[in-house]
Amino acid sequence: MFKLDTDELNKESNQNQENNQIKQIIEMSMKAFNGQPVVLLPILHELQNTMGYISETVITLLAEALNLSRADVYGVVSFYHDFRHTTPGKYIVHLCRAESCQAMGMNVLEQFTKQTLDIDYHQTTEDGMFSLEPVYCLGNCACSPSVKISNQVYSDMNPHKMKQLLDSLRVKTNRVDVL
Amino acid sequence: MSISIYIPRDTTANARGADDIALLIEQSAERFDLNIKVIRNSSRGLYWLEPLVEVDTEAGRIAFGPVTEKDVSELFEQQFYMGQISHKLCLGLTEEIPFLKKQQRLTFARAGITEPLNLDDYLSHDGFKGLKKALSMNCQTIVDEVKGSGLRGRGGAAFPTGIKWQTVLDSSAEQKYVVCNADEGDSGTFSDRMILEGDPFVLIEGMCIAGIAVGATQGYIYIRSEYPLACDIFTQAIQTARQAGYLGSSICGTSHSFDIHVRVGAGAYICGEETSLLESLEGKRGMVRVKPPLPALSGLFGEPTVVNNVISLASVPVILDKGADYYEHYGQGRSRGTLPFQLAGNIKQSGLVELSFGHTLRELLEIFGQGTRTGKAIRAVQVGGPLGAYLPESLWDLPLDYELFSEAGAVLGHGGIVVFDDSINMTEMARYAMEFCALESCGKCTPCRIGSVRGVELIDKLLDSEQQDEREEHLNLLDELCDTMEEGSLCAMGGMTPFPVRSIFKYFAQDLDKS
Repeated sequence: MFKLDTDELNKESNQNQENNQIKQIIEMSMKAFNGQPVVLLPILHELQNTMGYISETVITLLAEALNLSRADVYGVVSFYHDFRHTTPGKYIVHLCRAESCQAMGMNVLEQFTKQTLDIDYHQTTEDGMFSLEPVYCLGNCACSPSVKISNQVYSDMNPHKMKQLLDSLRVKTNRVDVL
Repeated sequence: MSISIYIPRDTTANARGADDIALLIEQSAERFDLNIKVIRNSSRGLYWLEPLVEVDTEAGRIAFGPVTEKDVSELFEQQFYMGQISHKLCLGLTEEIPFLKKQQRLTFARAGITEPLNLDDYLSHDGFKGLKKALSMNCQTIVDEVKGSGLRGRGGAAFPTGIKWQTVLDSSAEQKYVVCNADEGDSGTFSDRMILEGDPFVLIEGMCIAGIAVGATQGYIYIRSEYPLACDIFTQAIQTARQAGYLGSSICGTSHSFDIHVRVGAGAYICGEETSLLESLEGKRGMVRVKPPLPALSGLFGEPTVVNNVISLASVPVILDKGADYYEHYGQGRSRGTLPFQLAGNIKQSGLVELSFGHTLRELLEIFGQGTRTGKAIRAVQVGGPLGAYLPESLWDLPLDYELFSEAGAVLGHGGIVVFDDSINMTEMARYAMEFCALESCGKCTPCRIGSVRGVELIDKLLDSEQQDEREEHLNLLDELCDTMEEGSLCAMGGMTPFPVRSIFKYFAQDLDKS
């Protein structure tokens, strides 16, 4: 019984801590507008950058802060492909599905990546390492096909390079974990 | 005297290893105790040669590329830094590389030459000359200059920029806005990104001139989130320009005030449509607005707003500096000036080709592009992004001109050119066009929202059916659906998705049997 109570208490205090953090980010982002009309998108980006995704709590607190309905906020979050509703993997692998990359063999690379990671688009590997997302153009069309992982764009990709890249990211992460 | 070595800091150059090469060259210079200064310039846009390393010599810059990590020690052995041209990667004087020499660079005059965030560098290469001129002119004269240049919207719609500005100038409101559309979502395009990352001050200058011309004091730029480096560099450029007095409450010490705020998109292709972009800037779902009212009269927050693409605005400084006639002199018919074409997809020599209107697609593909990267024959070329037609070889001699393309059922759009070799199945591309529309439709109008979904289903049925009469039926229905989408959609997303689809069934019908 006693153990259960501490668990409950811990959970509650974690939640409180998270709520405070969210409120703080909202407040800071609103201040940054500096007299311009306050709008949702930049605040949502800020929140996702810190929290990893847009949770139900974020939606509730944001609606409260901006005097909007939860539906308004949810409507905006659900419209844009960038905003996530679940925790992403450590690395988000973006594969460009647009025409230029298709012209250079993205379809093969896409199949290979899905098989290698054993996930489909909008899914995360079981070990929480990789999430897979489609993207429609990275502006790297002169050297297609393109892949983006954590703000780094990779050009002229093929299955062999993809395997090397994924392996090196795994190794890098494992090394950091050991240290 | 130190030796200057230029290595671009640009998304594509970096994607091909420019960062690593720059570091390696710096380390090698240190090891050999050489007085070498590595300068991270913008990209020339000769992307198949990236990372392009240039050495400054008395005769001009000498280029080496594409340089890989394993080439660096050999380059040093052969003293490339002294301008020695013996190495196999040496391309001679950069300016003499035919791909670059044959271009007419007005908007991209500084591409690959200057350091993106170095204001002095910008100033010593004609920077802010256009703004200085504009500050000495009255609003109407600036707008007349832009009108006289014949500049038309480079985002794709090709609406005369000067007329748009005139509408905003003529409207009266306490607050007007200049909005720069940097939501470059078309596949095969990267010219906006090159300006944002490579020559940000020219865009700041263009926006500033627009603000002064129409009486707007606030500017917004909407940059897509897929361009993190562009967001970063452009934000820094704004701060530098502000500190130097080119933005803020007293531009260059005059009574004019103008400032720019950066907003980052969130992955929705439709937000490149101007009214959807305005909704998104206001923090809402990017739903397309019904026009009228035009954004020029009721735009951002309901106020008169100039919404222009990056390239349109970045072309304004040279027009003001060198005069409308200078710019208008290039081009043909009603297509004046230059368009930065972007060679992408399966093309051997890929990159940016700024040329006046009137050249042909064949010149771009064969003389500049030199055929496909895979070495196979070119089968189809999509011009103007995902809403542009696929063109077979019979149409490659059509001059690149807004009106002539339009007459042929094609679009120049933002100048993106995606090349496909003969391994492509065009029916799949038709399906993809509909699929993309279904994915990216904002959902406001029925022809686009539902038409695109039905379009995918119809093409799937067409691919599955064996009987000729059944096929005919599906094709007829698809044709009718395309009519509905073209005529009934609110914006170009639904209205133009039939363009690639119809071009495929018109010019590449044989692929239907292959499937």
